[in-house]
Amino acid sequence: MDAGKVKFFPRREMLDLVVADGQARGIVARNMVTGALETYQGHAVVLATGGYGNTWYLSTMAKASNATAVWRAYKRGACFGNPCFAQIHPTCIPQSGAYQSKLTLMSESLRNDGRIWVPKKKGDTRPPQDIPENERDYYLERLYPSFGNLVPRDVASRRAKEMCDNGYGVGPTKLAVYLDFGDAIKRNGRHWIEEKYGNLFDMYHEITNEDPYRLPMRIYPAIHYTMGGLWVDYNLMSNVPGLYVIGEANFSDHGANRLGASALMQGLADGYFILPYTIGDYLATETFQSLKETDEPFQRTTKDVTERIGRLLSVRGKTPADDFHRELGKVMWDNVGMGRNKKGLEAALKEIPKIRNAFWKDVKVVGTADSLNSELERAGRVADFLELSELIARDALHRQESCGGHFRVESQTEEGEAKRDDRNFTYVAAWEYAGDGKVPKLHKEPLKFDYVKPSQRSYK
Amino acid sequence: MNFTLKIWRQKSREAEGGFKTYAVKDIPPDASFLELLDVLNADLIRKGEEPIAFDHDCREGICGSCGLVINGRSHGPHKGAATCEQRMRNFRDGEEITVEPWRAKPFPILKDLVVDRTAFDRIMLAGGYVSVRTGGAPDANAIPIPKPVADEAMDAAACIGCGACVAACKNASAMLFVAAKVSQLALLPQGQAERVERAERMIAQMDAEGFGACSNTYACEAECPKKISVTHIARLNREFIRAKLI
Ligand SMILES: Cc1cc2nc3c(=O)[nH]c(=O)nc-3n(C[C@H](O)[C@H](O)[C@H](O)COP(=O)(O)OP(=O)(O)OC[C@H]3O[C@@H](n4cnc5c(N)ncnc54)[C@H](O)[C@@H]3O)c2cc1C
Ligand code: FES
Repeated sequence: MDAGKVKFFPRREMLDLVVADGQARGIVARNMVTGALETYQGHAVVLATGGYGNTWYLSTMAKASNATAVWRAYKRGACFGNPCFAQIHPTCIPQSGAYQSKLTLMSESLRNDGRIWVPKKKGDTRPPQDIPENERDYYLERLYPSFGNLVPRDVASRRAKEMCDNGYGVGPTKLAVYLDFGDAIKRNGRHWIEEKYGNLFDMYHEITNEDPYRLPMRIYPAIHYTMGGLWVDYNLMSNVPGLYVIGEANFSDHGANRLGASALMQGLADGYFILPYTIGDYLATETFQSLKETDEPFQRTTKDVTERIGRLLSVRGKTPADDFHRELGKVMWDNVGMGRNKKGLEAALKEIPKIRNAFWKDVKVVGTADSLNSELERAGRVADFLELSELIARDALHRQESCGGHFRVESQTEEGEAKRDDRNFTYVAAWEYAGDGKVPKLHKEPLKFDYVKPSQRSYK
Repeated sequence: MNFTLKIWRQKSREAEGGFKTYAVKDIPPDASFLELLDVLNADLIRKGEEPIAFDHDCREGICGSCGLVINGRSHGPHKGAATCEQRMRNFRDGEEITVEPWRAKPFPILKDLVVDRTAFDRIMLAGGYVSVRTGGAPDANAIPIPKPVADEAMDAAACIGCGACVAACKNASAMLFVAAKVSQLALLPQGQAERVERAERMIAQMDAEGFGACSNTYACEAECPKKISVTHIARLNREFIRAKLI
């Protein structure tokens, strides 16, 4: 940027993709200070707009993180890959009340030294320090003797939920398990823990008002990352020529189950090692019609965006957009969360359109289109979450196997582990928009493994 | 908990602003300061009034976007925490709380509590980066960095660019911000190649943006949510003098 090669436009939100002659040629963005719609024309478009974890409302994602850019691109023809693959992180600070706006992650590294446990007795209300060693169930160590507390995120998350569902949860909401550093502090001393995790311990203390040096932390799983995203090829281009998608916004690299730290790896790989080499080929070999921002494709798309904003402002209902988002989040977490089954997914597919209809009848967006209006921004994003969520549920329903972060209750081993079905599901599900109210079209991209063979995971 | 909030409202950059008073009720003590504003905003929307505009994103003290002056203090009374990390239990039940945007010429108010902090972006553009092309990754142990040095660089790197230092300073000086950025890179081998230009250019940009000079009151250190020490300002001064001599 300092060299003048890249220009930065802060406080702009992309609200649509401009497709001309079948190629992605620009975007329509809203100036979030003046409200003006601006068009930007180019020979290709690169989206790096992040994941869609906030579809579930409560997640570890930043509050402004949203799916509008990818969803608008989807509605302009880009396929959405594996939308149901979302990662649920096991070590988040549990929700403490209905007012809560987001969840805070405690770093994964804590599981190196912390031991996870619940009381052996159901509904035990004693404070943790009064529960003797032999009445504690270190369930991950018991179930997975060789991996113990270091099992992958999906397994640790699911087991925590299972413990709580079965009545062993702890803390005021009973939706938490302990992450205990007592042994580590005894073994290495408080100073050693401070050096290693001091910041995290302070953060936990601030949020919960409990001192984790004295009492075990309480943790619970939360939505953290979305492996699904816009479908791209090996050059990171979507099926819309000239539309590139990088980072968490695309579906690539992580399959159904991202491993720790690999999201930043993907950021580097996509943005530094791949895209600079692949996009040049597209620019050099394609032919482009000359196009101005006053031309029809830009005018048409700007008109669509204007109408949509007008629609949001004209509902003039009674309920803030956030209320609909919370309601959606609950449906998603209960039915399209850690353990998914046919009944729940079908219920979600009924509930979501109901919330969406209620939104378009009753949402209240105060303020105007031509000024800084965070409510308008929020409402537009919630409207998109209310559509994307349906695709997520649909994809989860269609994938009848358990696979990575996607756990279908009907597809498990006798020991309650995820059971894959490679015969029927060794493919990427790429969904193509078919029009509002229509069932999207499913494309299956077969997965071919030359060197490794997919097999049942075991952490025993 | 119940609170009376005196909040700065201002329609736009050009409009004149003023305080408005609001009552909020039944706030759980564990709620964060931004969640308090969420509750108030939901009430305002239901009444058909414009909600209070404020910036926020990560809500866990890492993005630097949420700065507010609460009861005259950058990010509020609780030390070492950004506005989003302030918990209502640290306030008194029934307290009257005054909420203002950052007040400094180089941070013009865009609306209510939202300010334009792109002055910081421009300072960063003037040298707050390393432009070496990396090529293949070198062996991690090839260039040993003593732990105290690495720790000090990390302490400087904790800066989230929120602007609390500017808002706290009677001169609206950005010295602590610039110091953190310059110091972090000056301490590490990667920062050496551009060390001289960095100190000169970032300071020149800071002055051009209209930030004031440092008169050593240390208000910045007292209010920094990341507890960044003014010793980094001393290093910035050394870097600047060094740049002039080399
Ligand atoms: C709390 C937390 C901790 C994490 N820790 C780790 C870790 O330790 N290691 C690891 O590897 N990964 C970690 N991750 C995951 C990793 O940080 C993310 O996957 C990664 O940052 C995604 O990068 P990105 O550039 O693709 O998207 P993002 O960083 O999400 O950036 C997307 C940007 O696009 C902007 N944007 C979105 N929509 C629009 C629009 N319509 N118009 C304009 N702009 C838009 C957003 O505002 C944002 O700035 C963590 C994630 C979280 C939430
Ligand atoms: S919202 Fe990110 S630091 Fe407060």
